Amino acid sequence: MKVRQISIFLENRSGRLAGVLSEVAKAGVNIRALSLADTSDFGILRLIVDDVDACVKALKDGGHTVSLTEVLAVEVPDRPGGLAGILDALSKADLNVEYMYAFVCRATEKAVVVFRFEDANAAIAALKDAGISILPAETVYAL
Amino acid sequence: MFNPQAEAMPVGELRKLQGRRLRALAERAYDRVPFYRAKMDAQGVKPEDIRGIEDIVKLPFTVKAEFREQYPFGMFAAPMSEIVRIHASSGTTGKPTVVGYTRADIDNWAECAARSLGCGGATAEDTVQVAYGYGLFTGGLGMHYGAEKLGAAALPMSAGNTEKQIMLMKDFGVTVLCCTPSYALQIAEVAAAMGEDLMKLPLKSGHFGAEPWTEAMRRRIEEVLPLKALDIYGLSEVAGPGVANECLEQHGLHVFEDHFYPEIIDPATGDPLPDGQKGELVFTCLTKEGVPLIRYRTRDITMILDEGPCPCGRTGRKIARLMGRTDDMLIIRGVNVFPSQVEDVLVRIEGVHPQYLIIVDRQGNLDTMEIQVEVTENLFSDEVKKLEALRDKIHHQIKTMLNVSAKITLVEPKTIERTLGKAKRVQDRRNLI
Repeated sequence: MKVRQISIFLENRSGRLAGVLSEVAKAGVNIRALSLADTSDFGILRLIVDDVDACVKALKDGGHTVSLTEVLAVEVPDRPGGLAGILDALSKADLNVEYMYAFVCRATEKAVVVFRFEDANAAIAALKDAGISILPAETVYAL
Repeated sequence: MFNPQAEAMPVGELRKLQGRRLRALAERAYDRVPFYRAKMDAQGVKPEDIRGIEDIVKLPFTVKAEFREQYPFGMFAAPMSEIVRIHASSGTTGKPTVVGYTRADIDNWAECAARSLGCGGATAEDTVQVAYGYGLFTGGLGMHYGAEKLGAAALPMSAGNTEKQIMLMKDFGVTVLCCTPSYALQIAEVAAAMGEDLMKLPLKSGHFGAEPWTEAMRRRIEEVLPLKALDIYGLSEVAGPGVANECLEQHGLHVFEDHFYPEIIDPATGDPLPDGQKGELVFTCLTKEGVPLIRYRTRDITMILDEGPCPCGRTGRKIARLMGRTDDMLIIRGVNVFPSQVEDVLVRIEGVHPQYLIIVDRQGNLDTMEIQVEVTENLFSDEVKKLEALRDKIHHQIKTMLNVSAKITLVEPKTIERTLGKAKRVQDRRNLI
């Protein structure tokens, strides 16, 4: 259920992102989804990839600061209010979203939203109660 | 206490002894070393002007550059027939400073090194592992002779070959360890990798010095080694290790004042400072024959502790843990800042030794300080707000501890330049001349 996401510390300087991504490429790792959080000084690159372990190893060998975070991927119904409904369910369960980002799944052409919660287990329960399906991790890595 | 008569000598008696010894020292230096005679003549002071220890302020200072100019034997006050050993500083910044010891000098130094070991409770029953380097550097031989003087068993390991150090430490039941504080941690790390539990060993005290360290490092050492970690001070120009050592109170280093007389001065003006105020540490070697040393400016920053008698009974005044070097001292907006203070703050925050770089610059008429800190895995968080909170916490602690505001920049690992494995700590971009 929980998807392993790789987070990488980046300085806010030109060429830093390109450097990291070329190391990922060299390791033969394919990126499924990506988001970049940035401030004026630094940024955090978040990646979901097909081969998590190979990617982490390549980045660590390259001297980067890397951490693994558990996130949840949810398929969003392709209609107005689709995402709002999900957030509504979370809000009712009093669950705070640390951050989220979206991408489109090639196979189904459906939107997938990645959520980071402080308490992933509580979020899983709340989403299930609301009848919202969470994508299995293997599905996300293979998207 | 190794020598209670000397170490717990009533203060009045001690001052009288110091006065007599200072007079003899001034005579010896004036008569035998042209360098000192010229300096004392220039200052208009004669040996007979020294009537008590308080007259020490009449004597001129000696600085390292002068010492170096006398290379190799210009400072010697004894003929080579009386010199039994020669040590020299590493000389990384030019010619080394050369110190010759007479037999009495070696004996006095061993005495003080033995007192240092005694400060940690060591006796003739102990086995002392000396993991300071043996050679021109005074660390190894200094502690070695001290251990023998004490009657303990000296184990002359020198530095390096860590796995063997650990094996013998365990098999020989070593009780006292002498090395640099960073090497003590290295020993613990290697032992952990070997699967050895050092906490089960009979170690009781460690005498760590020859490099700056912090209270945070002391706590870490005491977590991984079952011993009291004590600070030892010495420098080759004065003698070597054993000039001062912490007692088991772990609060300041007792100076063995019957041999080494300490003063604290303002590094800018040379004026003596009262106890409790930090400044440059100055030593006079009251009993040295080979190379008499008068008011030698060590460039180490510390203070003489302004407190009542120490519960341990020693009457030698205590100096605080070294706070930096006059060479490293940065003056930022009029505030004295030492890289070691920044390091201490960082260690306190995360309990690790992060790589950092202090960049000092001037914008308009205002000094600016930036501290770059490498984000390692234990500092890293996947959330922006947590990283920002870390940055703000460092900023706040620096401001509280140093009284200077610094811009904190989190940088990627390995971005701070390292030379020979040691990171450069300061970049001063101010062009003040």
